[in-house]
Amino acid sequence: MRIPNRHTRRIGKILLTSLLTVLPALALAKPTDVTIGYLELSVPDAPLLSNVLPPPEDNGEQGAILGIADNNQGARFLGLNYVLKSLRSESLDALIQQSEQWHEQGVRYLIANLPAPALEQLSRSWQGKPILIMNAGSADNALRTTRCLSNVLHTLPSRAMLTDALGQWLIHRRLGRWLIIEGQQTEDKAYADSVRRTAKRYGARIVDEKTWTFESDLRRSAQTEVPLFTKTREYDAVVVADERGDFGEFIPFNTWYPRPVTGTQGLTPTAWHRVVEQWGAAQLQSRFDKQTGRWMTDVDYAAWAAVRSIGEAIASQAPAQFPKLANDDPSPLMHYLLSEDFQLAGFKGRKLTYRPWNGQLRQPIALVHPRALVSQSPQQGYLHPHTDLDTLGFDRPESRCTLSQTHTVNGGR
Amino acid sequence: MPSHIKTKNCLPALLFGASLCLSQAAGAATAYISNEKDDSLSLIDLDTLEVIETIDVGQRPRGITFSQDYSKLYICASDDDTVQVMDVATHTIISNLPSGEDPEQFALHPDDRRLYIANEDNALVTVVDTVKEQVIGQIDVGVEPEGMAISPDGKVAVNTSETTSMLHWIDTDTHELIHNTRVDQRPRHVEFTKDGKLLWASAEIGGTVAIIDVDSKEVIKKIRFEIRGIHGDKIQPVGIKLTDDGKTAFVALGPANHIAVVDAKTFEVIDYLLVGRRTWHMEFSPDERYLLTTNGISGDVSVIDVQKRKAIKSIRVGRFPWGVAVKPD
Repeated sequence: MRIPNRHTRRIGKILLTSLLTVLPALALAKPTDVTIGYLELSVPDAPLLSNVLPPPEDNGEQGAILGIADNNQGARFLGLNYVLKSLRSESLDALIQQSEQWHEQGVRYLIANLPAPALEQLSRSWQGKPILIMNAGSADNALRTTRCLSNVLHTLPSRAMLTDALGQWLIHRRLGRWLIIEGQQTEDKAYADSVRRTAKRYGARIVDEKTWTFESDLRRSAQTEVPLFTKTREYDAVVVADERGDFGEFIPFNTWYPRPVTGTQGLTPTAWHRVVEQWGAAQLQSRFDKQTGRWMTDVDYAAWAAVRSIGEAIASQAPAQFPKLANDDPSPLMHYLLSEDFQLAGFKGRKLTYRPWNGQLRQPIALVHPRALVSQSPQQGYLHPHTDLDTLGFDRPESRCTLSQTHTVNGGR
Repeated sequence: MPSHIKTKNCLPALLFGASLCLSQAAGAATAYISNEKDDSLSLIDLDTLEVIETIDVGQRPRGITFSQDYSKLYICASDDDTVQVMDVATHTIISNLPSGEDPEQFALHPDDRRLYIANEDNALVTVVDTVKEQVIGQIDVGVEPEGMAISPDGKVAVNTSETTSMLHWIDTDTHELIHNTRVDQRPRHVEFTKDGKLLWASAEIGGTVAIIDVDSKEVIKKIRFEIRGIHGDKIQPVGIKLTDDGKTAFVALGPANHIAVVDAKTFEVIDYLLVGRRTWHMEFSPDERYLLTTNGISGDVSVIDVQKRKAIKSIRVGRFPWGVAVKPD
């Protein structure tokens, strides 16, 4: 037997003394930290015609901050403590490097607010390593169908979920003939493609498609230019694809036929908006208002839902697993998130779950105009053998992704 | 039939003035309904099953409960950040209790003095001494505290926090948290059995009612609901009521527009009763002949005949009826 020398004995004594001081406050045992990293690629703003209301600079990050606060309010009763680390940068390399540093410090969860190509790069750089990435920034359809990422779940709805939500409403209102106006950006084409897919899916007729190429300043001439531009065969509704908000704001009330304008402007399908206040949402909105003094956006909501998903999933595990899940291996948690057992109350009137094939968070989609909620899709009558939420976006047969083959879905319960 | 007799008495009384008739009517049990979006209470005569009066109260009234002798009605006026005290005899507000921000639901301690209030916006439970009109304790709980119940022996208060999905057990002597129980998503309401051995807790988004053993504070059973033609996600349990004999439970299923009847011994669902739209809270008439349900979206109260297990009437009240409390004769 090795006899401890005087030095180690002294350390032992100090340890014992401090232990004795701590013991009476048994409940105050040091909580397990769960650190979540937030990564955002800042893209410099392009010049826009409609530049009156710029998007908030901390779009997304504030949602993650609120998610951490909400998690901690309950986590302290479980001996857990959530911590957020953030980096916004114009360099993807810097973001990936940061994620590596964080990983060395035990970070196993990332919230990514990145465009699709950057998200793919980040995902690839972590291929086969223990990390779970939550996509709160890219609505790209391919990420949910063909370019499947094995370590990514998506809390932001895909474009297809948005355009399907809009399409269901248009058909429900018997507005089946559409004029599509798309901008010249890649993302505008992606949105318009998604609208075309929706039209096919729900039997809407596209009477004409136009690309916006005008160079003029519409703030002064929309009233003369837009009516002529929209003079086509008669349509029931206009669907605009202008994600940045370059020209789309000037289409409503200026169309040749007096018809509703929908899509990226006018009546807009979105995951979240300030006007959503039903289903207890007023509480979430008010917490966000208090924290930031601004409105909560769809990207904020996606980041919030990502952090909350991690929090709720960990809280549902056995406490003995907490340290491992927090700093070592997140894969059991991903497995759980994709299972039927996971549920998130997301202030949308029903539980939210993940599609096990592509990791997309199932969710009702709000249809809003700037001052009111108009409707929420799925619309009544759009049925599905498992859950009507899967009428929005890519159902299992429409996706090549096989994130979780072991789980079957039963949305009926 | 009391209602028949009363009507008879009422008619001649009308010739001499309404006062006689009114004093007769005051002999019946009365249900008080809080109308969340009308800032009012609707009073329903439980003999005639008709609204007899509407009283203006503070902003966004939600939880309501009587003092033990029914002389006072406590009203959560959520948007006024106060609990109002109404003198039941005169229907006037006699004081505003300090309640903490956004009081939503509360429970009166068996000592008839301490009110345990859930402050929805503030993640707090506030304890108010209703005699001194003072806050005597505040307890940190999870996000969006909602449901409140006190054990029959008065030793424990239980609060539900909706977003944290927990039941928080509070020692009523020390006002310390003694335990937290995880349940399914968005717990809304808790109800002790009369013997204090079990606690029923609804989880609105989880779609379940958990039965918790009060000694171990662990979930021993989960009740699930299934209604033909209604998607499982829309079955969202909120209010729970147990009959006095402890044999039967009623669970309000929110947007499923049904009340589930549950055998409180075997925890099997026996029946589903169709009521108005978005049904949340319930109360029995004093003789347990009727069960009243508040239906927020249809703006009415359904009257269920407890024996026949059937909704027999719906009574239009104010906008978004929320809470219900019943005063006997």
